[in-house]
Amino acid sequence: MRTETIFEMTSPCRDNFRIKGFRFGEGEKTLAIVGAMRGDEVQQQYICSQLVSRLTTMEQRGGIVKGRSILVIPSCNPFSMNVSHRFWSMDNTDVNRMFPGYDKGETTQRIAAAIFSTLNGFEYGIQLASYYVPGDFVPHVRMLKTGYEDVETARLFGMRYVTTYQPRPFDTTLLNYNWQLWNTKAFSLYAGKTNQIDVNTCGETIDAIFRMMKRTGIISFGTHGAAYESIVIDEASLQHIKARHAGIYCRLVETGSRVTPGESLAHVIDPYNGQILNDVKATAEGTVFFAHHRPVVFQNALLFKIHTQ
Amino acid sequence: MIKTIVSTELPIDEQFRIRKNVIQHGRKDGLRFCVVTGTHGDELEGQMVCYELARIATEHIDALDGTLEIYPALNPLGIDTIQRGIPNFDLDMNRIFPGDPQGTMAEQTAHAIIEDIKGADMVIDIHSSNLFLRETPQVRINVKDAEWLVPFAERLGTDFVWVHDAATVLEATLAHSLNTTGTPCLVVEMGVGQRINHKMCRRLVTGIFHLMQTMGMWHKAAMAELPQPIICKGDCVTFLNAETSGVFLTELKCGINVSQGQTIGQIVDPLRGQVLSTVSSPVDGYLFTIRAYPIVYEGSLMARIFNTDRS
Repeated sequence: MRTETIFEMTSPCRDNFRIKGFRFGEGEKTLAIVGAMRGDEVQQQYICSQLVSRLTTMEQRGGIVKGRSILVIPSCNPFSMNVSHRFWSMDNTDVNRMFPGYDKGETTQRIAAAIFSTLNGFEYGIQLASYYVPGDFVPHVRMLKTGYEDVETARLFGMRYVTTYQPRPFDTTLLNYNWQLWNTKAFSLYAGKTNQIDVNTCGETIDAIFRMMKRTGIISFGTHGAAYESIVIDEASLQHIKARHAGIYCRLVETGSRVTPGESLAHVIDPYNGQILNDVKATAEGTVFFAHHRPVVFQNALLFKIHTQ
Repeated sequence: MIKTIVSTELPIDEQFRIRKNVIQHGRKDGLRFCVVTGTHGDELEGQMVCYELARIATEHIDALDGTLEIYPALNPLGIDTIQRGIPNFDLDMNRIFPGDPQGTMAEQTAHAIIEDIKGADMVIDIHSSNLFLRETPQVRINVKDAEWLVPFAERLGTDFVWVHDAATVLEATLAHSLNTTGTPCLVVEMGVGQRINHKMCRRLVTGIFHLMQTMGMWHKAAMAELPQPIICKGDCVTFLNAETSGVFLTELKCGINVSQGQTIGQIVDPLRGQVLSTVSSPVDGYLFTIRAYPIVYEGSLMARIFNTDRS
């Protein structure tokens, strides 16, 4: 394992800002894994730390296939995590919406440019991502539909779901959108949580990454848990269930639960008298793919996404 | 007449509302002119502009022939909490238009705003940069809409009209969404975030009434002729970014001509008492943006200059 500094910058009053990378193996740029892009992506950072640990052991045992190399960047934004801020702490811009970056542009554009110049050219790319809507997911592989998405390789992770979605204008500055356009087979892995560590979903995600590495010939040995035969869905096909009223939100089911028509999924409670304002029910049989997790909800807030097929 | 265009429950005994003031006089089937602002909660110049427009239009209602609609707060939660974005929502509100009736509350709101505004004969979307930059009064127009919109922009009385390239992300702005549906929308940028410059606001108010007058909606005698703005088209803007992190000190304001080599300011190290770098103009031109917030990182935008040699 070799450690390198991918980007370093002075700050007005703090220590220098540094992005560190950890390389394994030798030869062609095979797989790059990116962890926390935002300051609250603790689960993503934790997963990368475990990957670095396990890859270090694997490399020592000769488990990385000759001519293949792996790069892990656990954090692209340590400054924000250190002050518990999701976005760039100075101006609140999102590094993950600055790609492919611009090395003569604004600060987060320069950070993105440095990251992208390092990541560009890898055969496979994995980003441990988080979503802009608050909630929990069934762990899954997600890809933008750019025409370059590789569903067959995505299945090799053996996660429960592989999803695709149509990019919107604001998605065109994401790392994975640009990675795909520049010929990297790019995958976003959603490991369930963001600002807390869930050891179970972390373990599931780490196993999925090692499984993919084994199946694509990047590593040569190891068994990595039981794999799912992934269900591939277009996210547009998921059923959305919203809150009819605002109030205190009491969730009754977890992600991954199988639900049936008429089953209560959550209660929205009057914050003054405890009366149930909205008994949120399933209208079709399916699996809870996404569930809102904040304790209060707005009227019409998206509470659940159900895979009904 | 005050109308509510969006009304949604918040968790604890509060209604989220977006409201507009509809001021109508003369022809009911006449032109409809909309003024919107407050998409970014830290941009406040539009508040005074809306106040002045509503006050003057109401006091001189006989001068109005058509409908003036004023939307002072498209992001009321952001304005009230001194946040640029919508609280508890990750995306910039001006990057989610035209919205989605099936999406998040923010996306539903964006959809409702578009549905309410579209079909207007003119929309002015007022912004005031952000906390970090100070802007001379200007209109910004996507190059795809230049031929159509520049003639309107020239009648607003701003100093500068910047016709800029079309970045993909800008396709998700309110202005772009309206313009693509055939509703003309001009984006005005001026001042700096979290502050109100009275002089700039009064100038824009005059400019808006002037534009309404040229459209036949406002009939008040003796309006002064407005100065013609500088029209910036093509690749004529030089961006100056900080070479070092530190504290930016400047004596300059924007809206002035600068010459090649002229010092714009210095980035200094307060700990050691050293100048870390000097920001100077590489061209002769018109300084229309300057850094307002003194703390800077490498790459922070320090100034934008219209390069008069390239125009």
